[in-house]
Amino acid sequence: MKIIYDLPKSLKKVPAHYCPGCGHGIVHRLVAQVVDELNLGKKIIGVAPVGCAVLAYDYWNFDVSEAAHGRALAVATGIKRCLPDNFVFTYQGDGDLASIGLAETIHTANRGENITCVFINNACYGMTGGQMAPTTLLGQKTATTPKGRESEKKEGWPLQISDIIAGLKGVSFVARSSVSNPARVKQTYGYIKQAFGKQIDKKGFSLVEVLSPCPTIWQKTPYKAGRWVEEKMSKVFPLGIIKK
Amino acid sequence: MKKKFQVKIEKNKCKGCGLCIAYCPVKHLVFPKDLNKKGRKYAQVNKENKCIGCGACFLICPDAAVKIYEEK
Repeated sequence: MKIIYDLPKSLKKVPAHYCPGCGHGIVHRLVAQVVDELNLGKKIIGVAPVGCAVLAYDYWNFDVSEAAHGRALAVATGIKRCLPDNFVFTYQGDGDLASIGLAETIHTANRGENITCVFINNACYGMTGGQMAPTTLLGQKTATTPKGRESEKKEGWPLQISDIIAGLKGVSFVARSSVSNPARVKQTYGYIKQAFGKQIDKKGFSLVEVLSPCPTIWQKTPYKAGRWVEEKMSKVFPLGIIKK
Repeated sequence: MKKKFQVKIEKNKCKGCGLCIAYCPVKHLVFPKDLNKKGRKYAQVNKENKCIGCGACFLICPDAAVKIYEEK
């Protein structure tokens, strides 16, 4: 028998700690697939965030550093400047990148550092129990907005990180995708590969935003959470390439 | 000759989210009645092999538990 769909070598063969139906596992696999395909195995260095993916280094077979909350891109800048021949990427959630680490994110992008960033957007704080994140949709109920997020004079509007980043000059590639169904997973794979390609060509900062379901916090079944991403979330965060 | 495929799911890695079952176009995957080592439901293949090798279950599996083989 010939294997046609095999797991990437850069992914360790251990069960992940994520909840059933979580999008992190899919994106971990996609990153490992891209690393295998571009043959970056010994040259790649990842930076893990604080959040649900804080233990990401347990699942990848290459070097990964850990950063303080929100400072993954600052740590990645240091690594890239010391080791310019290595490839550096960060893997961050929305609480990490869009909330506490917003300053680091904007300035790293504005300096045009040659780094790739994989940004997982699940519209809430998953690890700490489902509080409101900057990316929470209007009307979405969370632990800290029990009546739903309201816009004016209260919690404001969902933060469009990718559009903000795309407006900066040092940025070479920005795309937004989701992992809500198999077709979207393939699309996400293509975007992550293009983003790593920009780093290999030394074109500047690249970011891929991935809309990911969080069935536990949204209190939906994994299938319905995926549908919710398709029907509600991708209306607020339109999918596709934003800057190329 | 028509190609034949085989899906293999690691029983103890599966968390029973049911995404592969929901997205399988030929309804080849099911939940058996028993539970795995962790006490969770797990997806398995039906007895009759209907797999068309599309890879939807491999792509959507969040726990990297699915592998697909082509029979010779």
